[in-house]
Amino acid sequence: MALLELRNVTRSYGELDALKNVDLSVEEGEWLSIMGPSGSGKTTMMNLIGCLDKPTSGEIWLDGTELSHLSGKALTKVRRNTIGLIFQKFHLVGHLTALENVMLAQYYHSLPDKQEALEALDRVGLAARASHLPSQLSGGEQQRVCIARALINYPKIVLADEPTGNLDEANEAVVLDFFSQLHAQGTTLIVVTHDPEVGRLGERQVNLAHGVIEKEVRHALACPLLPDQECATPEEPCDIRDLEKVMA
Amino acid sequence: MAADAKRARRAMFTTMIVRALSRRRSRMLVALLAVTVGATMLTGLSAVVLGAPSQMGRELRSYGANLVVSGNISTSSLPSLDAAVASDDVVGRAPYRYAELKLNEQAVTAAGTDMESVQSVRPYWQVSGSYPTSGQVLLGRDLAATFGLKTGETISLAKVGADEAAAMTVAGILDTGGSEDSFVVLPLEDLDKLLGEEGKLDVVEYSIATSNLDAAAAKLAQAVPGASADPVKRLAKSENTVLNTLSSLLGIVAVVVLTLMLITVATTMLAVVTERRSEIGLKKAIGASHRELLREFLGEGVLLGIAGGVVGGILGLGFSQLVAMQVFARPIDVVWGLLPASILISAAVTVVASLWPVGRVLATDPAIVLREE
Repeated sequence: MALLELRNVTRSYGELDALKNVDLSVEEGEWLSIMGPSGSGKTTMMNLIGCLDKPTSGEIWLDGTELSHLSGKALTKVRRNTIGLIFQKFHLVGHLTALENVMLAQYYHSLPDKQEALEALDRVGLAARASHLPSQLSGGEQQRVCIARALINYPKIVLADEPTGNLDEANEAVVLDFFSQLHAQGTTLIVVTHDPEVGRLGERQVNLAHGVIEKEVRHALACPLLPDQECATPEEPCDIRDLEKVMA
Repeated sequence: MAADAKRARRAMFTTMIVRALSRRRSRMLVALLAVTVGATMLTGLSAVVLGAPSQMGRELRSYGANLVVSGNISTSSLPSLDAAVASDDVVGRAPYRYAELKLNEQAVTAAGTDMESVQSVRPYWQVSGSYPTSGQVLLGRDLAATFGLKTGETISLAKVGADEAAAMTVAGILDTGGSEDSFVVLPLEDLDKLLGEEGKLDVVEYSIATSNLDAAAAKLAQAVPGASADPVKRLAKSENTVLNTLSSLLGIVAVVVLTLMLITVATTMLAVVTERRSEIGLKKAIGASHRELLREFLGEGVLLGIAGGVVGGILGLGFSQLVAMQVFARPIDVVWGLLPASILISAAVTVVASLWPVGRVLATDPAIVLREE
C-alpha cells in the first residue's frame, strides 16, 4: 500500500469545490511536486494531506490510517507523529531561539532533547546560530531552522509549501540541495510550488487546475552515479549495484 | 528515566512561558500594569478595611466609655476585671463611687474616681483649672454657679449625718453638658475617707476598642461573681453602624475594583493572544494539543498574576498606610497575610480573565499558517 492515498477526495466550501474527486497516491521515499496557479486547490490539498482539514467526501489513507473520520484530537496526533511541515514564511516562534524552535516540535511530539536539536541544527549548518532569535536570522537561515524543526521527529512524510518562495537564489539552492539529500536518504517529500525549476526536481509532478489533477508528469532523475547523463529508465527505479558494475 | 523526561518537559515549558513574557515585554508590561494596579487597589482597600475598625474604634472612643460594669464590685475586683479584657483593646478604664455629701451644709451628689484614668474614659470633659489631687475637688459648672464658687476657693465637704467636715480646695470647674455639671468630683481615696469606708465601687467604666463589645461584656461579667457588664447601647449601636457602613462601602469598592481588574486583564489578554493567533496556529500545526496550549497560556497568566500580585501587594500595603495617615493621622497595622493573598488572588484573577480570550483564540484553525502564505 502507498504511504499516502487520496481516494475520490472532494473538499467543498459551500457551493465551491476546492478539490473535486481527486485520486492521488504517494509511495514511501517518493518526491512529489504539486503545482498549479492560485485557486487551483494546492493549499486545500496541503491542508488535507497535512491533517489540518478533513475532506467533504472521499478517503485519505496515510501510513495505513484512514483520516477522514478521525477526531481533531486524533488528527493532531497523526500530525505530530507522521508529518513534518515546512512553510513559505518559515513560521518560527518569534520569542524562541532557533534551538528552542526545534525543541518545540520535540516537546509537542514527546520529549525535548537539546543535544538532538543541536545536531539537527548542525545538519542544516546552523549550530553556531542556535541561540539566535528568528529576527536575528536571514530568510535562508530561518527556512533551515524550519526544516530542522520539521525533521526533528523523523516524520514519515515532509510537506513543504512553497519552501523557496521567500528565498534568494543562493538560499534557494541551499534548501533544494538539502531536499535532495533528504530524498536520497529515503524521506518522502511533497512540495507545493509555483516554480517550475523546483517542481522539476520531484520524481513526479501533479498539476492542479480548478480542483482537479490536470496533468501528471514523471521526471527523469539525475543519476547519483552518472549525474551528467539522463536516466535511461525514468519509469522504474534502477539497481545501483548494476550501475556500479557498468561503471567498473 | 520518567523523572528525567518530566524534568525536560517542565524545563521546556518554563522556558516557553518565561520567554513569551520576557521577550514580548511591551505587550506584557501592559498586562502586568493592569494586574498590578488591580492588586494595589485590592490589597490597599483590604488593608484599610481590616485596619479601619480598630482605628475608627479608637477615634470613636472620644465619645466616652462604651462598657459599664456594676453590681457587686470593689477596688479589689479591678485586677480581675482588667485581666478579663485584652489590654491592647482597652483605651481607658475608670472606677466610680457615688455618694451624697454635704457641701456647705447642702446635700450634693459626689463622684469619687481616679483622676488620671477618668481623662482617658471621658476625654470630652472640659475642665477650667486643673484636675484635682488629694484635698482638692472639681465642681460641676451648674453647682459652682449655684454656690457662687470659683477655682481656688475652699469648700467644706462632709458625709450626710456626720458632724465633721473636710476643707477642700476647688481645683477646677467641670463642664460636660451632662449630669456631672451638678456633681462634686473628687479623688476616690478622699471620698472613701469622707465616707469612712474604703474599697467600695458603684461602677467601673471601660472604653474598649473592639468589634465585639458583647463578648467583652460577657468576659467582664464572668470575671467577678455578682458583677454585671453592659455595653452602652447608644454608643455601641452608632459605632457599629459607622463601622459596618465603612466596611460595606470599602467592600463594594473592592468588588468593583476586582471586576474592573478582571475586565481590564481579560481585554489585555484578548489583545495579547489575538496577536498570537498565527503562533497558536503554527503550534497546532506542528502537533500541539488544545490542552498543551491552554496550559501554556494559563502558565503565562499565572506568572503574570504572581508578578503583578507581588508588586501590587507591596504597593497596596504602602497605599493603605498613606490612606491611614491621611484619614486617621496614624499608621494602621500592616497585615502581612495580605501579600500572599494578593499573589493568590492576582494569579487566580489573571487565570480566570485569560480563560475566555484564550478559549476563543484556541479555536484558531491550524490551517491559518498555510492560508497566510
